[in-house]
Amino acid sequence: MKKYLNLWSILTIATALLLTVPLWVLVSFVFEPTNETWAHLVDTLLPEYIFNSLWLMLGVSIGTLLLGIPSAWFISQYDFFGKKVLQWALLLPLAMPAYIIAYTYTGLLEFEGPVQSFLRTLFETQTVNLWFPEVRSVGGAIIMFSLVLYPYVYLLARTAFSNQSHSVMHASRTLGAGPYKTFFKVALPIARPAIIAGLTLALMETLADFGTVQHFGIATFTTGIYRTWTAFGDTTTTAQLSVLLLVFVTILMMVEFWSRRQAKYFTGSNQAAQAMPTKLSGIKSAMAFSICLLPILFGFILPSLQLLDWSINVAETNLNMEFLKLVWNSFSLAFITALVTVSIALMLSYAKRSQKNRTVDSAVRLSALGYAIPGTVIAVAVIIPFAWFDNTLDAWARETLNISTGLLLSGTLFALVFAYCFRFLSVALQSLNSGFSQIKPSMDESAKTLGASNWTILRRIHTPLLKSSLLTAFILVFVEVLKELPTTLILRPFNFNTLSVKAYEMAADERLADAGLPALLIVITGLIPVIILSKMIGNRNA
Amino acid sequence: MRELQIKQIKTTHQNTTIIDNISVHLKAGEIGCLLGPSGCGKTTLLRSIAGLQKLTEGEIYLGDQLVSSNQFHLAIEKRKVGMVFQDYALFPHMNIADNIRFGIEHQSRKQQQDRIHQLLELVNLAGKERRYPHELSGGQQQRVALARALAAKPQILLMDEPFSGLDVELRESLARQVRCILKTEGITALMVTHNQNEAFAIADSVGVMKDGELLQWDTPYNLYHQPNYPFIADFIGQGVLIKGSICGCRQVHTELGVLNTQLAEDHATGEKVSVLVRPDDIIHSDKSSWQLEVVSRVFRGSHFLFTLKLPNDEQVMCMSQSHHDHAVGSKIGIKLEMDHAVVFPLQNLKKVKAHCCTSV
Amino acid sequence: MKNTWILLIICTLGMPVYAASDEVNVYSARKEQLIKPLLTEFTRQTGIKVNLVTSKADALLKRLESEGRNSPADILITTDAGRLHRAKVADVLQPSLNDAMKKLVPEHLRDAEGYWIGLTTRSRMVVYAKDRVKASELSTYEDLADPKWKKRICVRSSNNIYNQSLVASMLSHKGVKQTETWAKGLVNNFARKPKGGDRDQIKAVAAGQCDIAIVNSYYLGQMINSKDAKQKAAAQKVSVFWPNQSDRGAHINVSGIAVTKAAQNKDNAVKLIEFLLSPESQVWYAETNNEYPVVANAKWSKTLTSWGKFHSDSLNLTKLGQLNSQAVRIMDRAGWR
Repeated sequence: MKKYLNLWSILTIATALLLTVPLWVLVSFVFEPTNETWAHLVDTLLPEYIFNSLWLMLGVSIGTLLLGIPSAWFISQYDFFGKKVLQWALLLPLAMPAYIIAYTYTGLLEFEGPVQSFLRTLFETQTVNLWFPEVRSVGGAIIMFSLVLYPYVYLLARTAFSNQSHSVMHASRTLGAGPYKTFFKVALPIARPAIIAGLTLALMETLADFGTVQHFGIATFTTGIYRTWTAFGDTTTTAQLSVLLLVFVTILMMVEFWSRRQAKYFTGSNQAAQAMPTKLSGIKSAMAFSICLLPILFGFILPSLQLLDWSINVAETNLNMEFLKLVWNSFSLAFITALVTVSIALMLSYAKRSQKNRTVDSAVRLSALGYAIPGTVIAVAVIIPFAWFDNTLDAWARETLNISTGLLLSGTLFALVFAYCFRFLSVALQSLNSGFSQIKPSMDESAKTLGASNWTILRRIHTPLLKSSLLTAFILVFVEVLKELPTTLILRPFNFNTLSVKAYEMAADERLADAGLPALLIVITGLIPVIILSKMIGNRNA
Repeated sequence: MRELQIKQIKTTHQNTTIIDNISVHLKAGEIGCLLGPSGCGKTTLLRSIAGLQKLTEGEIYLGDQLVSSNQFHLAIEKRKVGMVFQDYALFPHMNIADNIRFGIEHQSRKQQQDRIHQLLELVNLAGKERRYPHELSGGQQQRVALARALAAKPQILLMDEPFSGLDVELRESLARQVRCILKTEGITALMVTHNQNEAFAIADSVGVMKDGELLQWDTPYNLYHQPNYPFIADFIGQGVLIKGSICGCRQVHTELGVLNTQLAEDHATGEKVSVLVRPDDIIHSDKSSWQLEVVSRVFRGSHFLFTLKLPNDEQVMCMSQSHHDHAVGSKIGIKLEMDHAVVFPLQNLKKVKAHCCTSV
Repeated sequence: MKNTWILLIICTLGMPVYAASDEVNVYSARKEQLIKPLLTEFTRQTGIKVNLVTSKADALLKRLESEGRNSPADILITTDAGRLHRAKVADVLQPSLNDAMKKLVPEHLRDAEGYWIGLTTRSRMVVYAKDRVKASELSTYEDLADPKWKKRICVRSSNNIYNQSLVASMLSHKGVKQTETWAKGLVNNFARKPKGGDRDQIKAVAAGQCDIAIVNSYYLGQMINSKDAKQKAAAQKVSVFWPNQSDRGAHINVSGIAVTKAAQNKDNAVKLIEFLLSPESQVWYAETNNEYPVVANAKWSKTLTSWGKFHSDSLNLTKLGQLNSQAVRIMDRAGWR
């Protein structure tokens, strides 16, 4: 018995260490002395990076909570016009890459855009642009991020609200608390751990974003990291900045961990009476409908229409067989990555559950750090160790066997999938950990008394019970990979193109109209799993 | 505290009737209990009073205030009912003091503290103010839930299976404690349970429900000794039904002999009926010459419960003191100790009402 | 089913890319749409298969450095001379220019030691609102720091290499002190915080948010030739001004090409460079993207012709690479975000 436990622990720790190689590459630079670039940054831009990043985090927190929580609350507690469609449509913005939505809103709201043009005609004045809010600003970026990242909060908050024991809320009502007090003093605090988990994902993605802040001209950690690398060509300072960013993220994760530890006591008995959703009618139904429609309208429908408009203009020249290949590349890459990432996440989260070992725990938590590291940084941190491995092996082979093994891993899809795994493991882990927490430990114990090994328990007991968590994890990773840009751009092998690379190359060349079609295809390809996910969750709750 | 009047209420869910035509009157300060198997609608009745369930027909009054009808539905939070939930529904993110405080936050700080202190004394949890619900045992959580529900001095206290999550040994003693607390505070209360021992330990009067209908509302004594329906006879206490036939006014002939009964109306002589025989109606007596064969026996600590075979193969139960042990297959002497036999018509044993005068 | 998937994954992941004989492998910082058509044509004419990966220049450079002697790449294409210089310093390039190439391309557009060569040039030109600015008011880049332009100038962020190169050229001509004063003056004249790309600056001039913008020549060219009526209209509201015509000339930069040190198909690589310097390829860039040919005999596009000939800065572009990080520091200190 003991031997098995050790094998599991060792395997887990080894996997986590291997997966976090890029992290170690970064950390290794911390011990190099800071150079004059660092001093220059501290003098000039670092305060701005920190300030802007904090400002963005604060704003995106407020934005995602404002969009995600009310909609989750209405969908989980009430029955109203359009709920059946809205409950899954609220997830759609997940398929919209942040930098794409940034481009579409720039297009919609700029001087020549339809909105300002309309206002000019309406007020018969040419000076609309003088008072019209500038979308390319910190405020604009906050709105963009909130519009595409709120689904994380919505997804987790909705599950939390649905699973809450209804008797707790009824108890509050019988004690004289109205619906508002019940929501703010009972339902919301109890759902807090889940909401913070969703918020953490949203904030990590905000911190890692490059495309949006770059286009909006906001100096954040990510643009700073990128710029230190490109403009100064200074790898050491780049790595040091990245590690500083990781300190931010670690604090964020500690808050999340602390809040989740309390969650253990927060989940009431699930078998308690789950009352039917209250039926709303008339003006109340219309209000609930509008509150849930708003995020979809601005996070998905409007930008999609803009993309469609751009695509139609260029469709006849651009739409060809090449796009079929792009869709296939993007799809299969996302599919394979999701499969691999979820398998690893399953193994890690099971080890975390079964081993109850601090080292295993830390190893698992460490491997979840990747989500907040900008894709560019991860990509470079993958290139360095992979090439080192290849070249060392090659040198050894040349010397002893007199043959060249060349590059075995560098420049292959393996390197790309590896980088994705590290980057998106956290997304899969979040989903699986919460899935595991719903399976009582007595289930494992009873299986063990019946003579099942750890592998058997994982295969025969957990995997079937975790089906929906696994699928959620799979789809979230799938959509993330589909949207991912910098890692793909930097690590892909020869002649391998994806939709997001295509969209980026057009957009970076300031050919927004041509970027519309691949962007739209990303959204459509990502739509399918999002719909499956939401249908599935809907069924489970029904 | 107020009286509770429920007048001919009906609730439906998706076109299915859940409870129908139920009327209950609970006097101020009285403790009532709804008893019935799961799914009988007793929780729905409780939820209707709390306002968690809307009415299709009928009216509910708390004191002289209408709180529910098919037209009107007073918001839950305005009803001033206290409710103890089956899972206690304590707020997991608040400590014990804050849980109790929740309903009286409009009062002054001093009043709150005094009330919390007083209630914790009452439920024997003084000194646990700073604890969180998950740090308490089930019985302690139950008492916190009670204290929380009582804090704002509700017009009526509703309890939904409040002891079901507890150990069997704990239930009855806690039920007696709760009765004591309720009587101290002078609270009108209505409890729902499927356990007769809890019901009898706590309630002044008990209603038995089945399939959405209230079959009988009476004192525990009358429910046991004069059940209106075979179902109640079966649900409350033990007993068997044996065949009998009417042999003149107020008498029924059975395999046990001719028994006295109180018939509400005349029955034709010779009409076939069922007669309820409780274990305590048949007393074991070594001296008796009336001997019956023991079919099975169960040791109950203070007594033995024998199942005996009558000459026509019908079976009855008999209680004896525990030092009187008799093997299966042996014969034991018995005598009858029965005032009035409860008689039910033969057909449809479960639904029909007993032909027996109840002491209304 | 399960086994098929596993097999598929192993096959897709574990297949390293080896360079076969009649191939040439290209690392390109030029976007695919601005290189692929020419490569396809090259394959059609020579039968040499071209494997392409496009990415950001610095990422490609990092890849080259890490891969070392085993790198599969034969060719590196970038969109500015600075990166080529950086690659040369990082020791991932090899000299590859033959005499014919040297004869075709002016000296300041290629590496003195023959490591890299320019393919096309572009100018960082000034565009102005026809109705609010007279050409006579404009003169030099230096003049743009004059307070008379207060709140009238639009330019993109200092993250961009185009601006970094412009400042580096200023640094080379004027020295640190003057450049820093100039940068501060310029930043003071910004009409808004730098945001968006070069097209956005032109649009801002058209929209009246500013009077002058500093942009790359081909972006204006693309807008003039755009299918989008709104872009076209915006482009028509502005005019082109070539600064510093009386002294050093307008700042230019190149997109360039080099052969890697690890190249296994050097002959093919050289053939590709020759092809890209052929008049047909040069004209293609002029026609497709309104970039200026580096060879004298290539015909200019209509748009380029309409802007007229101009005097360009003949500073050796290697300088831009050397001064780049110093330029960025100056921009940081000047508050150019």
